[in-house]
Amino acid sequence: MDIFEYRKDFPILDQEVNGNPLVYFDTSATSQTPVQVIQAMSEYYEGYNSNVHRGVHTLGTKATEAYEATRMKTRQFINAKRFGEIVFTRGTTAAINLVARSFGDMMVESGDEIIVTEMEHHANLVPWQELAKRTGAKLVFIPLEDDGTIKIDSVKNVVTDKTKIVAITHVSNVLGTINDIKEIARIAHENDAYIVVDGAQAVPHLAVDVQDLNVDFYAFSAHKMLGPTGIGVLYGKMEHLKKMEPVEYGGDMIDFVEKETSTWTEVPVKFEAGTPMIAEAIGLSAAIDYITEVGLENISAYEDKLTKYAMEKMRNIEGIEIYGPETRAGLVTFNLDGVHPHDLSTVLDSDGIAVRAGHHCAQPLMRLLGVSSTARASFYFYNSTEEIDRFIEGLKRAKEFFNYEL
Amino acid sequence: MNFNNLNQLYRSVIMDHYKNPRNKGIIEDGDYTVDMNNPTCGDRIHLTLNVEDNVIKDAKFDGEGCSISMSSASMMTEVIKGKTIEEALEVSDEFSKMMLGEDYNVTDDMGDIEALNGVNQFPARIKCATLTWKALERGVKADVE
Repeated sequence: MDIFEYRKDFPILDQEVNGNPLVYFDTSATSQTPVQVIQAMSEYYEGYNSNVHRGVHTLGTKATEAYEATRMKTRQFINAKRFGEIVFTRGTTAAINLVARSFGDMMVESGDEIIVTEMEHHANLVPWQELAKRTGAKLVFIPLEDDGTIKIDSVKNVVTDKTKIVAITHVSNVLGTINDIKEIARIAHENDAYIVVDGAQAVPHLAVDVQDLNVDFYAFSAHKMLGPTGIGVLYGKMEHLKKMEPVEYGGDMIDFVEKETSTWTEVPVKFEAGTPMIAEAIGLSAAIDYITEVGLENISAYEDKLTKYAMEKMRNIEGIEIYGPETRAGLVTFNLDGVHPHDLSTVLDSDGIAVRAGHHCAQPLMRLLGVSSTARASFYFYNSTEEIDRFIEGLKRAKEFFNYEL
Repeated sequence: MNFNNLNQLYRSVIMDHYKNPRNKGIIEDGDYTVDMNNPTCGDRIHLTLNVEDNVIKDAKFDGEGCSISMSSASMMTEVIKGKTIEEALEVSDEFSKMMLGEDYNVTDDMGDIEALNGVNQFPARIKCATLTWKALERGVKADVE
């Protein structure tokens, strides 16, 4: 894999930050955008910016075709059965909220149980807390092992005939844990429950086949997979989407509007009230093309190599603690003894290295780990082992700097 | 790495307050108790004050956070002790100006807090430094207004 060929497509990576070449290790927060994606969106604004699903003029038709073509492409990308099973949302958060509000309120009753884990991003926890409050259902947690993984036996122990929904992340944004979604979905279905998967950290990095996983819902965001912010995808099985009520009302999603009452149009547009994210959908389409071109299998294998390389070097630094399992996605969350993550991040930033510091929108997990915050380096196919070497030097210097000051 | 720039941020007096915090702890039955956190990063401050005749007799802080937020809390508790609430709020105003990069009045009784003036060069870290001062303001302002 010639990453330096790919890097040419990411002008943002070719810059100096605080006098040093940028090392971008924060892809788990948001990925960088290749020129192909930026160009596709510019072409739309420069050439055929128009509203979709309305009117019959040429530009409008072209915009509608491009918007709907992204739906077709997304269907192929995650191997959904039907293109109507792809709903565009504002992002993963909005997608999960839609499921919790619409499907959740329809299916969950007092006394039911909603299963989550302590490794969830707040986006896949708070909507279920609120659903539980609204309905009188109980939130039940699948316990985590010490290494941040989930045992299938633990899933079997908590998923019972009381369970209505299992909400779980595919890949943890903190630990990098890759959950066995296929098996967890099987257990959920065996108990007549439904599974909702937060795929925000999975789709950019590993091949996802929603039919093979047999999930009921699967959510992800474009901006973590080379696309723009402001658009995400909710995959839902057609049988569920058809039964669900919209949570937003307005233009585009209606069928007939009378003075007092209205009816809704078909899935998926009934969930896409108002003018949708047209340019963003076009950007997402170009992002899928780019990722497909690089190949998700190549991406996974390359990230694995980078992550192993980073972990091995990091472990040679005295006082470093790495959280999460050995087998993981392309990120390393850690703490360096005596250096608070914010201070570490500031020192690395002065060296041009961007890492994330904080609680990573996973406060319950931070409590479980017994820390208030951590630092995280996350990788993508545009990163190199040379950059990891600079990061390791940065860590050493941060240690030196803080020791020197004492 | 540009150590010069970092040295502006992490002056030795700051590191001293971080490693040897003054007034760390909790005043049981304090007259004022404030909890403040920075939801974006997880830093938290638990500030307790004893006030007699409008004068801050004792101030302690507890919590967790980076060197900037913890040293700022340590410095603040040192500075506000013995001051009236109004005087403490005046120092808080000057500190705000310092963080915004505006002109501020240097007075003798500002203690070590001027060492934090390098923070305004690091926009992402200003919130760390101001957390404890916001806690102070939230605690006492209701009484003043």
